[in-house]
Amino acid sequence: MKTVEPVDPLDPAPAAAPDREHSPPMTAVRTARSTPSGTRNRPRNRDWLHGLLMSAPAVAGLVAFVGVPFGYAVVLSFYNVRLGSPLAPSFFGLEQYRRLFTDPDLSGPFLRALLNNLTFAVVVVPLQTGLALALAILLNRKLKAIGLFRSLFFMPVVFPMTLVAVIWRLILARSDQGLLNSALHAVSFGNWGAFDWLGDSATAMASVIVLSVWQGVGFQMVILLAGLQQIPGELYEAAELDRATAWQQFRHVTLPGIRGTLVFVATLTSVLSFRVFDQVYVLIHGGGLDEDATRTVMYQAVTTAFDQNNIGQASAITVVFFLIVVALTLIQRRVVRPDNED
Amino acid sequence: MATTRAPLRRFADYAVLAVLAFLFVLPVLYLLLGSLKPSGEVLNGLSGFLPTHLSFDNYAHVLDALNSDSTGYFWRFMGISLLVAFVVVTGGLFVNSMAAYGMSRLKWRGREAVFTLVLLLMLVPFESLAVPLFYMFNEQRNTIYIQAIPFVANAFSVYQFHTFFRSIPPSIEEAARLDGAGPWRTFFAIIVPMSKPVFASVAILTFLTQWGSFLWPVLMVSDPSVRPLPLEMSVFQGQQPPDWGQILAFGVLLVLPVLIVFAFFQRWFVQGVASSAVKG
Repeated sequence: MKTVEPVDPLDPAPAAAPDREHSPPMTAVRTARSTPSGTRNRPRNRDWLHGLLMSAPAVAGLVAFVGVPFGYAVVLSFYNVRLGSPLAPSFFGLEQYRRLFTDPDLSGPFLRALLNNLTFAVVVVPLQTGLALALAILLNRKLKAIGLFRSLFFMPVVFPMTLVAVIWRLILARSDQGLLNSALHAVSFGNWGAFDWLGDSATAMASVIVLSVWQGVGFQMVILLAGLQQIPGELYEAAELDRATAWQQFRHVTLPGIRGTLVFVATLTSVLSFRVFDQVYVLIHGGGLDEDATRTVMYQAVTTAFDQNNIGQASAITVVFFLIVVALTLIQRRVVRPDNED
Repeated sequence: MATTRAPLRRFADYAVLAVLAFLFVLPVLYLLLGSLKPSGEVLNGLSGFLPTHLSFDNYAHVLDALNSDSTGYFWRFMGISLLVAFVVVTGGLFVNSMAAYGMSRLKWRGREAVFTLVLLLMLVPFESLAVPLFYMFNEQRNTIYIQAIPFVANAFSVYQFHTFFRSIPPSIEEAARLDGAGPWRTFFAIIVPMSKPVFASVAILTFLTQWGSFLWPVLMVSDPSVRPLPLEMSVFQGQQPPDWGQILAFGVLLVLPVLIVFAFFQRWFVQGVASSAVKG
């Protein structure tokens, strides 16, 4: 799954807008009622029907392919269901959840996956947001060939994760023929040996982080660049007249000017970083990536379901994970909100 | 920002940009060069970057190797991927924009509740649905439509359209509606044409996600006659011993359609992302 899916629904832009948007339709209705001819009235009053009809196909699709399966996952998590098992599913109550947290065989990998997810998010969110901001500021200049640079930084975003995994597997290959290893070998005059970047539990997560940031940062950069371009140039001119240093300009003009965008980007990145799956899955299956150091919760759910055929257990992981994501989103909203009301 | 800058400063800007861009482009360069080199020379230390013995042999071999009933046909894999992406993108633009319009510009009881539901569904990661979806649609395995239909309605697309439509001044619609246009005509004749950036941005995002889609095909497709390209890439990559030159050539062919789409929509895309992320 790529960089680009979810966004915090609670980000500042939508929060600000409803008031702006509620009043116009009201006035439209009022003007309609005040017109003397009764015929004008009818189409307005049937807005509810048109609104429903227009929303129906998408809402039906979402309910059928997201809502119902999710509800089904909740139900499955209360059963002992195994793929390809001749035994009929049996009701299990909360047993799957109990095992997830207390059975050492299951809770070990699961808690490790949670920890890995957390590590990934805690590193990637500031790193990727900061790098994206740095790139955006560098690109927000009137220099020649700026469009070319922007395209270069954005290019990895269009690469499917399966391909990204192959490229980085070669770069980080453990033999002394791997690109990074031979580069290190060259700059250290042969003093640094060959590292197993993906296979060593000490560097495996760092490797996944590097390739994920490489692939994703261009997207955040484009959004931040758009935010920067909305800051009026006069603000910088005024700051320069006041002899503000570059840092002061950044601190007092740039940052306040893109605060909303920055919050949006950070939220987007954190939601995305929690569902990391593809690169981990592809690199563990055939890339020699250390499994224990990099398994994520989504990886755990998918392998539990399809490698161990344990559908009930996988569903319980899914449900717990969803609750955690929702909780984090709410916490983040609380933390971010007070800052943001300006 | 930079109105009057010293030449030295300008030079420094370029230097920093050039170094960063170089680091970013290295893996891409490695991919391109590797795809043109004999396989033995790809995983070969720093000389993997030397432009020696370049040829299109790897591409020819990939297309040759995947050209029979037992292996499947390369162009068919690509055709399946393009077809699925086309259905998801066009179908998605249609139903999701319509829904967003219905929820953002028409007043009806319950629309807030429905939109909240959409936002909540946006938080559900697809991977977490894979298990129940697999269970529900086991009978539909190895069909083309099951690869596309579940992804047409997309909560994030609805959200993007919703954000954009809300920023359109109401006076535009009021004028149309006072002229007697109903909501459908207002939407298709007035709103859609003025919302090109958001349509382009949603189209690109959907296409990117769909083109890279991996997990769902892994679960649902085993028959080479309906296999999409990224899945075939992982099959192709599984050969022993791996032929890196050919695998990288396959990778270039995999990313080419996305690059073309991106080049085509790029101008609108940046605008669209800007308008859906930054409040205007």
